[in-house]
Amino acid sequence: MTAEVRSGKWRRALAVVLCGLVTLPALARPLGYDDARHLLNRTGFAANTPEINEFAQLTREAAVARLLRWTDQAPVVPAPEWTQAPYELPLRPALMSDVERQEYQRRLISQGRDLKAWWMAEMLITPSPLTEKMVLFWHNHFTSSLRKVRMPLLMYRQHMTLRRHALGNFRELLQAMARDPAMLIYLDGAASRKGQPNENFARELMELFTLGEGRYGEQDVKEAARAFTGWSIDRDSGEFLFRPLLHDDGVKTVLGVSGLHEGAAVLGILLERPETAEFIVAKLWREFVSTEPDMREVRRIASVFRTSSYDIRAALRELLTADAFYAPRNRGNLVKSPVDLVVGTLRQFRMAVADPLPYVLTVGRLGQDLFAPPNVKGWPGGDSWINATTLLSRRQFLENVFRGSEPEPAMRVVAMTGNRPNDLQFDDAAWFRQFDGKAVDDWQRVVFATRPVAAVAGRDAAALRMAVQDPAYQLK
Amino acid sequence: MNRREFLAATGAASVSVLWSAQAARAATTGYGNVLVLVELQGGNDGLNTVIPFADPAYYALRPQLAIAREQVLALDAATGLHPALQPLLALWQAGELAIVQGVGYPDANLSHFRSIEIWDTASRSNEYLQDGWLARSFKASPAPREYAADGVVVGGGAMGPFAGGARAVAITNTEQFLRQARLAQPAAATTGGGALAHILKVEREVAQAAAGLSVGHAFSTVFPAGAFGNSVRTAAQVIAAQPGVAAVKIGLGSFDTHRGQLVTHARLLQELAGGLVALKAALMELQRWDSALVMTYSEFGRRAAQNSSGGTDHGTAAAHFAMGGRVRGGLYGQPPELNRLDRNGNLAYAVDFRDLYSTVLGVWWGVSAEQALGGRFQPVGFVRA
Repeated sequence: MTAEVRSGKWRRALAVVLCGLVTLPALARPLGYDDARHLLNRTGFAANTPEINEFAQLTREAAVARLLRWTDQAPVVPAPEWTQAPYELPLRPALMSDVERQEYQRRLISQGRDLKAWWMAEMLITPSPLTEKMVLFWHNHFTSSLRKVRMPLLMYRQHMTLRRHALGNFRELLQAMARDPAMLIYLDGAASRKGQPNENFARELMELFTLGEGRYGEQDVKEAARAFTGWSIDRDSGEFLFRPLLHDDGVKTVLGVSGLHEGAAVLGILLERPETAEFIVAKLWREFVSTEPDMREVRRIASVFRTSSYDIRAALRELLTADAFYAPRNRGNLVKSPVDLVVGTLRQFRMAVADPLPYVLTVGRLGQDLFAPPNVKGWPGGDSWINATTLLSRRQFLENVFRGSEPEPAMRVVAMTGNRPNDLQFDDAAWFRQFDGKAVDDWQRVVFATRPVAAVAGRDAAALRMAVQDPAYQLK
Repeated sequence: MNRREFLAATGAASVSVLWSAQAARAATTGYGNVLVLVELQGGNDGLNTVIPFADPAYYALRPQLAIAREQVLALDAATGLHPALQPLLALWQAGELAIVQGVGYPDANLSHFRSIEIWDTASRSNEYLQDGWLARSFKASPAPREYAADGVVVGGGAMGPFAGGARAVAITNTEQFLRQARLAQPAAATTGGGALAHILKVEREVAQAAAGLSVGHAFSTVFPAGAFGNSVRTAAQVIAAQPGVAAVKIGLGSFDTHRGQLVTHARLLQELAGGLVALKAALMELQRWDSALVMTYSEFGRRAAQNSSGGTDHGTAAAHFAMGGRVRGGLYGQPPELNRLDRNGNLAYAVDFRDLYSTVLGVWWGVSAEQALGGRFQPVGFVRA
């Protein structure tokens, strides 16, 4: 294939877009292949040809409506059995013998691994990738980490709460997360009491969960911290428990509003502020559109979000039908997250995965350890996914996947768990068959969001191996 | 003649001799002097690190958290170190450990993320800058082109002070880095910004760093086990390579001890001290101890009073360490004034963190500090010429 043919292809694609703009309003005409691919890849994991073709027939509105309708499904992979067992109070290391302590630690580690592997399995086979994307988005917003919370059961329950509200109502999600036991441990709320409030949750609530930095004062943090005293955890059930004796029931003034606030009232005050909707929409923009939010659009969508009483679907509908979402400058301009890269690659190339655990370790090595974001601000994402170390690890993963050998950590996992190694099989002949009768480089339109840096020629496994090593493959 | 004129007049030839350890020892300033930054991630509790043990207010504010007077490693009649820092005493006695007390900045921000951004970019509290302070400095006064990189971040994570313009790479492990680097493609330069340009920039930096780094040096120093010990070992390997780098950043954490601080903090300080002592030994082996400056930093110190969870909340000023063969040991700055806390219960700062940066840029490297720091800051006198 010559460079001329390739540039011809991109020019044709551009010409189609331009014609469309002239002939029909964007909302009324069908999406077409490239817009459909863009929509599905940003909201899911590497869509395949039949899905793209199906969406290509729909108008923007219809496609987005369909996408949002698809997101109701409960997880298809059964959760680990221990998630249904009753809560056990965490044991005190001081009261245990060495053997008991080791046994207890081993159990926590193995449950944590189960949990990560379960979510990875769900992402690999879910019929509703947008659900997973949004659960991951909220996990990265209302962060908690296994490393501090320690009890996998509480992280599982938090995950299920995120899942329940992922495309529901942000007001309910916020109220639920403020009472979430894993969150109460992660940000020290459970230990905060009248007279000596712990400021950790109150500060991150304003800075990271609602208003954004600089939109509140130190005094607001202190007063809000008082309002959340007494929000605690029931020792028997591991559920939220309000302890009136530990609650500071005095008058507090938060953002100029005075009253005998309890935590719920503070959340209400924060939701009243337009900054909260703008902060969330700007974050959605960075997730789905580009790293540089268009603040005028953000304010428009935020006002829809607020007037819908924080319906998350309403915000997503505006975002995913906005012209900016489809603008040429916003194609291929986001770095794939480790989950995008790993899950997307395995799904795109229909690789059967016998054991999801090696891929849990892979995304961890690439900087996205599930259930364990680096700190309360979550994974910074964007360009920062890629540095010298992670770029090389990404390359290594892609090389291994297409070599037909299992990813590097698999051997370690086998040693640790006795699980059998992954038998990754890529059937290149079958994969290329979906492009029968198309131009020789048509498959590259599925693989790349933007033109590759180095020309890729041919239509076989070798060409594919080369394609995934191209820097453009790191983009979505 | 200032340094820049000197460089301009003598050309690259004089720069190239600066790499050799011999010449680096002879030179008093320049990039032959390596900088090792140690980030104490999460906000280190300065008051339980460098302890004002003669001040009754310290014990009053921290009934459960204060380090008992008899356990404090006294440096003078009023100031001492946390017992876990015992390995650092030898450095102190050798006059190679400077302790700068009360490092902070005006209108302190108590957010982890905003405050480390302020430290990383050397901005004012209300000013938002894109590039790291070292990136800005390297832009104005480039390190020799032959260097493997301007800087290396060991242990992954944020590029921090190198973010933006610097030629900097992040490395977790040198052997693994070199093994994988063969997968990097020396890509053509692209114009414009965006995600693709970022990836291509990283690729070029990987290729150059891989060409410049090696794992040739076999240290007889025993590095402590654990992540921080590994980072110290990798940092030493990076410094051993010729021509090397101007700056290395390593990190340790999390110091965000909102609860159960006593145990966590002691463990972290022990790791810190063990790692720093190993770093000195490795730099001595390389004959680089006299041309190395090791400096700690952190987004903030912690609240003077303990909280109800056996921890401390976010605070402001804190003490920091500088060490090296040409460091003039002793106490700098001001001891914490526990009777003069602000309305949030936080300490006033005595030394602006940009004074430390100005010491690095102006005194250690001999480049213009004013330009990179956006103002004139007073160097702290802990570097011997």
